[in-house]
Amino acid sequence: MKLRSLVPGAFLVLLFFSAALVSYVWTPFDVTLIDIKSRFQSPDATHWLGTDHFGRDLFSMLMVGARTSIFVAIVAVGIGMLVGVPLGLAAAANTGNLLDEVIMRTNDMVFAFPALLIAILITASYGPGAVNAIIAIGIFNIPVFARLSRAAALSVWKRDFVLAARAAGKNALRISLEHILPNITNLLIVQGTIQFSLGILAEAGLSFVGLGAQPPIPSWGRMLSDSQTLIMTEPQLALIPGLAIVLTVLGLNLLGDGLRDWLDPRLRRER
Amino acid sequence: MKTIKLSRALFRAGMLTMLVIGSAQAAKTDVTIGMQLEPPNLDPTGGAAAAIDEVVYANIFEGLTRFGSDGAVLPALAKSWEISDDGLTYTFALQEGVKFHDGSEFNADDVKFSIDRAMAEDSTNAQKQLFANIDSVENVNGAAVITLKASDGNLLFNLAWGDAVIVPAEAIETLATSPVGTGPFKFKNWVQGDQIVIEKNPDYWGEAVKLDTATFKFISEPTAAFAAMMAGDVDAFPVFPAPENLAQFEADPRFTVVLGSTEGETILSTNHKQPPLDNIKVRQAIAHAIDRTAIIDGAMYGYGTPIGTHFAPHNPAYVDLTAKSEYDPEKSKALLKEAGLEDGFSTTLKLPPPAYARRGGEIIAAQLRAVGIDVEISNLEWAQWLEQVFKGKDFGLTIVSHTEPMDIGIYANPEYYFQYDNADLQALLASFAEETDSEQRTSMLQQAQNIISDDYVNGYLFQLAKTGVASAKLKGLWENSPTQANDLTGVYWED
Amino acid sequence: MLHYIFKRTLILLATLIVASLVVFVSLEIVPGDPASYMLGLNAQEDTVAALRAELGLDKPKIARYFSWVSGLVTGDFGTSYTYRTPVADMVQDRMWVSLPLAIYALALSTLIAFPAGVYAASRRGGAGDTTVMGLTQLGVAIPNFWFAMLLVLLFAIKLRWFSAGGFPGWDAGFFQAMKSLTLPAIALALPQASILTRVMRSSLLDVLNEDFMRTARAKGLTRRQALWKHALRNAMIPVLTIMGLQFSFLLAGAIIIENVFYLPGLGRLIFQSIASRDLIVVESVVMLLVLAVVLVTFLVDLAYAWVDPRLRGTR
Repeated sequence: MKLRSLVPGAFLVLLFFSAALVSYVWTPFDVTLIDIKSRFQSPDATHWLGTDHFGRDLFSMLMVGARTSIFVAIVAVGIGMLVGVPLGLAAAANTGNLLDEVIMRTNDMVFAFPALLIAILITASYGPGAVNAIIAIGIFNIPVFARLSRAAALSVWKRDFVLAARAAGKNALRISLEHILPNITNLLIVQGTIQFSLGILAEAGLSFVGLGAQPPIPSWGRMLSDSQTLIMTEPQLALIPGLAIVLTVLGLNLLGDGLRDWLDPRLRRER
Repeated sequence: MKTIKLSRALFRAGMLTMLVIGSAQAAKTDVTIGMQLEPPNLDPTGGAAAAIDEVVYANIFEGLTRFGSDGAVLPALAKSWEISDDGLTYTFALQEGVKFHDGSEFNADDVKFSIDRAMAEDSTNAQKQLFANIDSVENVNGAAVITLKASDGNLLFNLAWGDAVIVPAEAIETLATSPVGTGPFKFKNWVQGDQIVIEKNPDYWGEAVKLDTATFKFISEPTAAFAAMMAGDVDAFPVFPAPENLAQFEADPRFTVVLGSTEGETILSTNHKQPPLDNIKVRQAIAHAIDRTAIIDGAMYGYGTPIGTHFAPHNPAYVDLTAKSEYDPEKSKALLKEAGLEDGFSTTLKLPPPAYARRGGEIIAAQLRAVGIDVEISNLEWAQWLEQVFKGKDFGLTIVSHTEPMDIGIYANPEYYFQYDNADLQALLASFAEETDSEQRTSMLQQAQNIISDDYVNGYLFQLAKTGVASAKLKGLWENSPTQANDLTGVYWED
Repeated sequence: MLHYIFKRTLILLATLIVASLVVFVSLEIVPGDPASYMLGLNAQEDTVAALRAELGLDKPKIARYFSWVSGLVTGDFGTSYTYRTPVADMVQDRMWVSLPLAIYALALSTLIAFPAGVYAASRRGGAGDTTVMGLTQLGVAIPNFWFAMLLVLLFAIKLRWFSAGGFPGWDAGFFQAMKSLTLPAIALALPQASILTRVMRSSLLDVLNEDFMRTARAKGLTRRQALWKHALRNAMIPVLTIMGLQFSFLLAGAIIIENVFYLPGLGRLIFQSIASRDLIVVESVVMLLVLAVVLVTFLVDLAYAWVDPRLRGTR
């Protein structure tokens, strides 16, 4: 059961990570070169996946696109964790207090704003770009991690060793850092992978509507939106980047499930 | 087996509806026109959105004069006019028996009201400059008399704009949502976000239209527009949003692809106040780095005419100056070296939403990169573009299509967003405005085109083509686009 | 319980007040001017100023905030700058697209998820479970806008069973209207159904492990009988919670799908209004969405507290 999702998940994730890493030093073709005359070429020995509407090599575009997706999603999830987890821990340490209430209601509010709207607003104020996508997705991740870590921390707070630490006179901050955090790390890692996959989807959605990385930096979402009007004549241009997204997200989700089983066999029963 | 039967039954039902629709088509008197953008409101005197005129111009509202499909200025509500010898007084004889859609009579007081309103201090007319030279409008024995501050060869042309239509005083409050004009069609209803329906005006003063109703359907997604045309949900898309799909329509006998000209000079606007773009050598280098053919092919799939100056090629006064800025990357590099920039430089390229700008921008960025100019692209929505580029003048380069007819005058305004300041050209265009002799006017326009081209004011890319698709049996739509309009007065179905 | 409801209501009101401030401020700092957007490239300075005055945009921000909020409370949402029609009417029109679409999508996803979740739970660890879980993995991995593109390609362009988008309005007949919502609803429902299936399965499995289930089994009920008689009802709370959240998500989160199918819904209204800087429309619609989400959370909390009195103290 473990290996069934861990292995294919890890394989897919590794595949896309290595494609992204390799693209820093090598791609079959330069993705910034535009050659209108050689557009819409079918896959062959030179262009493994054919060329797009500007005559760029689709395989190279996918490689660099992977880099954009992965970068945006990792940083966004990082922001979500760095801000959300402390907030969740603080809320858990102060259950029933005003602080808890304020943190959790703010969370609800942020949650109520569609991520796309946040992205539109940031873009409207500061111009488009990958950074805005990161911030928008990051903001959306904060309440996710805050809620999760609050809920998980609450159950740890009731455990005997925490009660003992309290009796020993440790303050809430120390208990949170020394006892609570280590006990919810596995959960956070698992949720992190899942949020990472959602981040990839969100980045694709944002760049699909033009709010993500700007040209000439390739991104999967923009490749899809560029191919929208060509779907009748050149369907492969829409199919290939879409499949890349599906496989990456699938890989990350499988990896997340596998990690959960591996890190915490007790959780296996619940899911 | 069951499913096969079911699908056959469905197929038969489908055939049946096809037959019913087919037989109804013979006497068709309604038409559905597809448009990419929905107008925000329907008052052409209170907003600049092209979509407003595309619904109401010539259909619902009329002015004293109007544009014909070839761009000529024709009489409309004014039957005829006389011009005083000093060129300052225009006396318009008005059509008789004209009624507004609300039943009230049209007369010279309405002309006075409409133009006064457009000129007024608190006017919200987007083209207020059209009326800047008008001193007064009076009703003299039923004729509308317009007095000018200085003689002006452009008055009849200016009055033909959609922004100069005649509106009834009592209905101005509701023009935005239920327009009342004098045109051959009346406003019927508006399903916001989807469609606007207009219907035949039985009391029209002029020649009656052949259609009973017309529906404007708003479809912003090109894929959906394609599917709507293919499915017959829409009869014509006068400006089809995706030129890449036109080949498929051309191959289909049910459709005709209508190619025409527009007034849209698509240019790479250059900020003259931002170094090193203030240097003519640098601008010339940019001009030679641009391969227009690649842009027209890559961004517009071949639809568009290369231009070398800010002037429409279909205009008789046009001079082809594309040779002055032919594609020559080596020359471009040499020019950069002369300007002391052999290592290149970097600048911004801010792009508004239309495909010509977004796709053209990516191609231009790649072409400029090839000669060592590093371009940072940012894709903006229109509101941002207006704020940052047009008002704030915070840009290096931008791509935009200037769709107003005969707008070379913008080069005489040093405050205009690209901030070109040339006293010679300003003097030339000032005397052009007062000149009434048509031969003189033509030669002045040609001089102006040359000056602009020689100064490499902006990068001149191509004249936007009007790429329309229509059902093969639908006749009488405008081929060209002298102004942004879907004039349906001559549209009919061929049997 | 009354005290708890009172406290929660106060918090709800405070949240809404803060939200209104956040919405107003974050939109007001967005650069861009509705008047110059409407008047275009040739407009003169004084024309823009005149239009700003006509729209009331020259008044101080604080005054505009208070008139907006007091309008919201009395149900007057103001008048759209660009459309010149009351915002309330526009929202109502759009609601008649977004609401049915959300309900349609939720219904589809429930119809798929309930049987699939129960089936997977009852076949836990077996081939059926693995297949269902594998499919849900795929379902959450497919971007819904890409799925929408594929649906359009297949059903609208190739097969021509559905139109590629647009909404004829309910006046065109119930069947026509539902037909035009079908592809978008499917595109929206796919990931939701996958998530809901997983939640359904796992909460069923949770309940199956609880003590009373063991008791039920000990009393001689088979595993399947126990599942149907006891587990299903008890597993519904988390499932309903997720459905509540999904519903409010569907209401607002359909922006991209509404764009792909050019449906005149709330999402596209926000999108268009931001583009034209029709801020009063954006502010009011966003506020409505926030209200929807906050209300759902409020009701879910109350339901939990009602079911489990212990929660009243800790929250």
